[in-house]
Amino acid sequence: MSYPIVTAVANVLAHSPGLVRYGSRTSRDLARDPALVATIAPHLRTYPEAVGYGPTQVYIGNADPEALRTASRPWFATPDPTARSDGAFGEVIGEAELLGLLKLCDRARLVQLDEATLARARDGLVARALASTEEFHALAPSPEAGIARAVGSGEALPLVLDDKVVGAVARGHEEDEALTAGVLLENLVAKATGVLALRRLFAQLEGRLAPGDLDFVLAGSEEAVGDRYQRGGGNLAKAIAEQVGVKRASGFDIKAFCASTLYGVFNAAALIQAGVFSRVAVVAGGSLAKLGMKYRAHVARGMPILEDVVAGIAILVEDARSGKDRGPAIRLDTVGFHGAGAESSQQAVIEALVLGPLAKAGYRLTDVDRYATEMHNPEITEPAGSGDVPLGNYRLIAALGAMRGHIPRDGIQDFIVRYGLPGYAPTQGHIASAVCYLGHAVQSMRAGNVGRVLFMAKGSLFLGRMTQLSDGVSFLVTT
Amino acid sequence: MNLKGKRVLALGERDGVNGAAIEACVRSAGADVLYVETQCFV
Repeated sequence: MSYPIVTAVANVLAHSPGLVRYGSRTSRDLARDPALVATIAPHLRTYPEAVGYGPTQVYIGNADPEALRTASRPWFATPDPTARSDGAFGEVIGEAELLGLLKLCDRARLVQLDEATLARARDGLVARALASTEEFHALAPSPEAGIARAVGSGEALPLVLDDKVVGAVARGHEEDEALTAGVLLENLVAKATGVLALRRLFAQLEGRLAPGDLDFVLAGSEEAVGDRYQRGGGNLAKAIAEQVGVKRASGFDIKAFCASTLYGVFNAAALIQAGVFSRVAVVAGGSLAKLGMKYRAHVARGMPILEDVVAGIAILVEDARSGKDRGPAIRLDTVGFHGAGAESSQQAVIEALVLGPLAKAGYRLTDVDRYATEMHNPEITEPAGSGDVPLGNYRLIAALGAMRGHIPRDGIQDFIVRYGLPGYAPTQGHIASAVCYLGHAVQSMRAGNVGRVLFMAKGSLFLGRMTQLSDGVSFLVTT
Repeated sequence: MNLKGKRVLALGERDGVNGAAIEACVRSAGADVLYVETQCFV
C-alpha cells in the first residue's frame, strides 16, 4: 500500500534580539525591574554569531546533526564566521527583515516602522527572493514622531532594532485582553515566521509548484489568535495562506501543545489518503513567549542568551502518485497515540509512542534507523537545570527496549549513539518536538543513508490546567 | 528514607519523573501527598 509522501521541508529562523524583552519570562522580570534591560543587553548575540552557531547550521540543513557530537563545547564559543544564512532546506533572517515581515503581515494597520528599517527589510527579503519590491511599495513608513507618540501613549509596544526604537505595535481594542499590543505582537510574530517558512518552502520547489497549487493548509503554531469572546479562536493557517498567495486553498489550525505540528503532518497525510486533497502544506510560526525563557541561567553563567531566535517550519505533503521518488512516505498504518485512559508516566508514554508504532509495523526497536524526539539544544537547557532533553528521551526508549529484550541491557549507550541524535533546535516547543528533523530525514532518505525514522512528539497538556494528562503522537516515515 | 506519615509536596517533570508517578510512589510508602504538580521545562 502506498502512503502520502513528504516532498519538501523548510526550516527557518528569525534572529530577534530586540524581541527577547517580550518573551514571557523576560517581560515578567522586566515589569518588576526595568533596569534588567542593561543586564540582558550584553548577552544578546549579533546576527553573524547567531548564523554561525553550530546548532543553527544544523537546523537550516547546512550540517548534519551528527556533526555536533564532535564539535567542541560550548558551541556558542566558536561561531563559524563563514557560515551561510541560507541552508539546504532553511534560512536565517535578520531582525530588520522580521520587523518588515511583521509590517507586511499586519492587515489591521497596527504596526508602524520607520523608513530606514522598512527599506532595510525590503532589501534583505527581496535579495533572498522571499518578498517582492511591489509588496513593500504598498507599505507606508511612519515618522519617528508618530512612533514616539504611540509608544508614549502606553497603548503601543516599541519595536527595537540595534538598541533604537524603530517602530511600534498598537493594541487592537481599548478593553479586550485578547487584543492587547503584547498579544497581537505574539500572534503577528507567529504569522510572520509561518509566512516566512511557507514562502521559503515554495522557493525551494524551484517552479515545480506555486502557492496556487496547494489544496489545503494546516497550521500547528503555539499562539492563540482570537478576541474577548473567543480567545484562541484561531485559523492562523488561513491568514498565513493569504499572505503567501495561496488563492484557492483554505485551512485550519491544530492545537495540541508542542505536539501540534506533528499532529498536523499526520492529519495532512490522512486527508490525502482519504482522497479529500492531493497536496497539503503544514506550517508553524514561532513562539515569541519562549524567547529568553532560560535567560536567567544564561546570564548567570556569563553566556549568550541563546533563545534569541524565533523558528518556523513548513512541510509539503503530497499524494504518492505525484512521484514516489520525490520523498519518503508517512506510514499512516503506524500512528501511535497516548490514549486518554493511559497512565501519564514516562514509561507509559514511551510505550504508547514508540512500541505502539513498531508493533503495528512488525518492527523491533533496532529495525528503525533513527528516532526523532524532543530535539531541544542541550546548550540552552542544561544551564537552567533542565538537562539534555533528547538524551533523556533516548535513555528511556533504550531502557524500554532493554526491558522488552529488543537490545541487550548493556547496549543502552550504544543504542543512544547509533539510533539517537544530538539536540540542536531552539526551545520553540512545537518545532523542536521531532518535526525539525523531517528536513534531515528527507535529505538522508533521498541519499539512501536512512530508510526508516520514527517521529515522536510530546505535548504537556497538563500546563493548561484542564487535565493532568500528558500527550503525544508518533509515526514512522520510511523510504 | 522512611516516608510513613510524612507530608509530601510532589513536583514532577514531564521528561523525567512526573508528579503523578512521584505521588503513586510516595503514597505506596505511606506518605500523605498534599500537592501534586508536573512542570515542563521546554
